[in-house]
Amino acid sequence: MQELIASLVSVAFHGTAYGMILYVISVGLSVTMGLMGFANLAHGVFAMAGGYLLTTAMDSWGVPFPLALVISFVLVALGSVVLERLLYARLYSAGELAQVLFTIGLIFIATAVARLIYGTLQQPVHLPEYMKGQFSLLGRDFPTYRVFIILFGAALVSALWFGVERTRFGAMVRAAVDNRAMAQSVGIDTQMLFMATFALGSGLAGLGGALGAEIIAIQPSYPFEHLIYFLIVVAVGGLGSLRGPFVAALVIGIADTACKYWVPEFGAFLIYVATILLLLWRPAGLFGRQA
Amino acid sequence: MRHNGSYSASPRIGLIEWLPWLLGVAAFFYLPEYLSLGARILVYILYALSVDLVVGYAGIVTLGHSAFFGLGAYAAGILSAKVGVTDPMLQMLVAIASCALLGAATGALILRTRGLTLLMLTLAIAAILLEVANKATSITGGADGLSGITVAPIFGLFRFDLFGKTAYWMCLVVLFICWWITRRIIYSPFGASLVGIRENHVRMASIGSPVSMRLLTAYTLSAMLAGVAGALLTQTNQFVGLNVLSFESAGELLVMLILGGVGRIYGAFVGPIVYMIAQDQLAKQFPEYWSLGIGVLLVAIVLFARGGLLGIVDLVVAHAKRGKSAFAGKEAP
Repeated sequence: MQELIASLVSVAFHGTAYGMILYVISVGLSVTMGLMGFANLAHGVFAMAGGYLLTTAMDSWGVPFPLALVISFVLVALGSVVLERLLYARLYSAGELAQVLFTIGLIFIATAVARLIYGTLQQPVHLPEYMKGQFSLLGRDFPTYRVFIILFGAALVSALWFGVERTRFGAMVRAAVDNRAMAQSVGIDTQMLFMATFALGSGLAGLGGALGAEIIAIQPSYPFEHLIYFLIVVAVGGLGSLRGPFVAALVIGIADTACKYWVPEFGAFLIYVATILLLLWRPAGLFGRQA
Repeated sequence: MRHNGSYSASPRIGLIEWLPWLLGVAAFFYLPEYLSLGARILVYILYALSVDLVVGYAGIVTLGHSAFFGLGAYAAGILSAKVGVTDPMLQMLVAIASCALLGAATGALILRTRGLTLLMLTLAIAAILLEVANKATSITGGADGLSGITVAPIFGLFRFDLFGKTAYWMCLVVLFICWWITRRIIYSPFGASLVGIRENHVRMASIGSPVSMRLLTAYTLSAMLAGVAGALLTQTNQFVGLNVLSFESAGELLVMLILGGVGRIYGAFVGPIVYMIAQDQLAKQFPEYWSLGIGVLLVAIVLFARGGLLGIVDLVVAHAKRGKSAFAGKEAP
């Protein structure tokens, strides 16, 4: 009994930490897809870039961990704006196939560049001492870093929720997600809005990749390997919402950890089956608007 | 804009359409040292053709067609290595049947959805098959791949030889048959209705076209073609690796298809030929630069030349014609 409870707590804890990472990475994808309907399969590239930036900043530039996180966020956000203006913006009115192919092309490029610069080995993360220990709660020990991830994720969710529900910018985003043409005609500059959201979403993906570098290994195949998880979070959660991907990310994080813990012989099989069943039941996801 | 495959185009096989087959036969006699590469190219042409039918004609954007390619490959391989059925025709029939079943079953479920959800579902189905192939090591060989595949002589007459001569002919003949069938499908009223659905499915539904049935039929047919390609790959390589099911290989196939040109039968011919010859020459020396080049190429095609190589040829031909007539116009007075 003791053991069962211990493993339950452990799975819930590690699953929540993993879910938080998935959420931080995927939330931007959900909003940009909901806003512009752009099928951006290359979202994982931003997460990978964040991870590489974190390790480079800490190991080569000697930057402390918190500042390295900020650097990952800012640089990825800036880089994404350049990409958005130069490339993505040309394809907003193009068909889905063109967008899919274009973003697959970006993945190929990013994978090759990562391999050229860093080689094929996964990047080790050197966490600072204060993140390494264990944290005791109710007679159980939890790794401090995972506790930090969960708390950080929770704070970020609150901030995002506040930003979208309570600020003028958030109201504009919600209006544009609901009806872009109408939002544009009442004077909202949807192009600017999209650029800002895209930058924010990509920056968050970079931050998520950096935060999660210890959980999801940073290596060149990252954008291909984990794409399906990011997409599952978005598709299951529903496009254009904040709450949907949050619930979906937590459920998937915990379910995936549970599957790997108790039935490793099935791998991710059960997750995929559950995703298919759920999407067949609700094609627009848990919290998406049904067509 | 698209000339090939439109309903008004003449369905008769034009002279130039015999060119690929002529080249295919000529390659056998003049490039004997490249037969194994040639056979692989033929397999991928067939695979690209099957994807073109759903993506290019029916407008179903799928990332999961590797599921059918892989299923066909594994069906033929498992049949030979584990069940002991070595007859190539029988292997192929089983591969086709299993792909037809999977295609019809998954198609009936997923084709009701569109956009991201459809993309996600196709990806998830391929991912499930990959996961099964990876974990069921006793049947599939897992990450080590499935070896020990023996293929009996075709019709008991043509033995698969060391130089890949028989395999090459087998691929060429099978591709020819599949090309002929696909061409018939595309130029039929059914094919025309697929293009209609791709352009505007709501309008097609409202003029009384059974949209979901048409899509399901196209999807299943395409799954069967991909299965044939998979089985052919197994028979020529006598080995099946996990990578036939991977997302990267599905992405690579899309690259080949868009390189040639989507929604025009012969794009599926030109793309794999150019891609795989380039890969054979370049990829081993510069693996990093190879995938960098592929990425840049893909982005460039999407941004500047949506019709692929054949689209560029079309443009050049149109330009030359216009140039000539303008010139004639000046001379005329």
